Amino acid sequence: MSYHFNFGWLLVYYPELLKGTWVTIQLILIGAVFGVSLGVFCAWVRALGPAWLKPIVSVYVELIRNTPFLIQLFFIFFGLPSLGLQMGETSAANLAMIINLGAYSCEIIRAGIEATPRGQFEAGASLAMTRFETFRYVVLLPALKRIWPALSSQIVIVMLGSSVVSQIAVEDLTFAANFIQSRSFRAFEAYFVSTFIYLTLAILLRLLLKFIGGRLFQRKAAR
Amino acid sequence: MSLIEITEVRKSFGPNEVLKGINLDIEPGEVIAIIGKSGSGKSTLLRCINGLESINSGSISVAGAQLLPDELHLKALRLKVGMIFQQFNLFPHLTAGGNVILSQAVVKKTPKPEAEAIARQMLDRVGLAAKFDAYPDELSGGQQQRVAIARALAMRPIALLCDEITSALDPELVGEVLAVVRSLAAEGMTLLMVTHEMKFARDVCSRVVFMHHGKVHEIGRPEAVFANPQTPELKQFLGML
Repeated sequence: MSYHFNFGWLLVYYPELLKGTWVTIQLILIGAVFGVSLGVFCAWVRALGPAWLKPIVSVYVELIRNTPFLIQLFFIFFGLPSLGLQMGETSAANLAMIINLGAYSCEIIRAGIEATPRGQFEAGASLAMTRFETFRYVVLLPALKRIWPALSSQIVIVMLGSSVVSQIAVEDLTFAANFIQSRSFRAFEAYFVSTFIYLTLAILLRLLLKFIGGRLFQRKAAR
Repeated sequence: MSLIEITEVRKSFGPNEVLKGINLDIEPGEVIAIIGKSGSGKSTLLRCINGLESINSGSISVAGAQLLPDELHLKALRLKVGMIFQQFNLFPHLTAGGNVILSQAVVKKTPKPEAEAIARQMLDRVGLAAKFDAYPDELSGGQQQRVAIARALAMRPIALLCDEITSALDPELVGEVLAVVRSLAAEGMTLLMVTHEMKFARDVCSRVVFMHHGKVHEIGRPEAVFANPQTPELKQFLGML
């Protein structure tokens, strides 16, 4: 093997890598917060919500879960402008990730809600709480606790899947890697470094989610 | 006017009619035991009274609040009758105190300090003042059931429905729960309980209802019902045949 590894370009291109990493972090933070919120709402609809909303949410969830993310992204960025809905590439990427995670997390969270013992709903009802109050104060937190590991994995998957947004010229980490390899012709090194950064991000994200779960579900005195 | 009026109540699960025209009027302060074989409809009757099951026909009212299937009427009714379940159904993510505070804060909008004071008072009443900060899985079954009673009492109900509240307990824990129920009865709380504790029913209850095949088969004062059953079904149930 006569290939000579050369990471010298890092000295020149590290600002691009840093910027791309920061864009990827922003994408997943926005996507996770709003995506999971959307997922909670949709899970409530599918498990307990009003009958007229259920088919709408079902169509949304099945549509997203059975089509490729890249196509969803292209549809939002290239397709929607034909209907007069124009948006920047970052907004399109954010929207695509929120919609995608919303659908997947809906199904995960719904599983958590549906595993709630019937007695919890009955206890809430017998204390004169409305169905929604029972969901909000009795059912939701234990349901999230049940599925938190699965939900965390899905968020990491969406973070890694965000690399395709470079296809609509969002300058994320993958975009930076592509840019560097096209300038330096150091494909192995460029993708090696970006792979390492993705790996680090994924591990940090898992740790963050574990920390959030710990805080969210920790036992605290009622006062 | 009676406190709880149950008139010609019918309830079916699919083709299976579980309640076949129940009539029962309960006066304030009465303690009623509902006994009968499993499948006779006793739990269903109790669950109908606070709207956990809908009824097919007939009417139920509690202190003038009519049982109607919309959330507003159900809420008004459920504010008047509390319910205790066989499986306790405490909220696992909240402490004993949190369990007692929650519905006060959410439903009645009671300010936090006041809700907490009431919670302490109610837990004290069931003998669990020291367990305010304990989580349900740190409590024994008997303690959990007493927290459930405190939780129901905190809503200041005028009647309590008890659905086999000692059936899931180890025998040595039954006594502590029944002692609480006994003290409630002594204080004049209206109680309607489905129970298999015949001795308790005989000692504490003002009337005993024997249900059979979805109907009130026999009803009367406990000494009469237990000592002198009129129907062969009740005799058989009491093991006298």
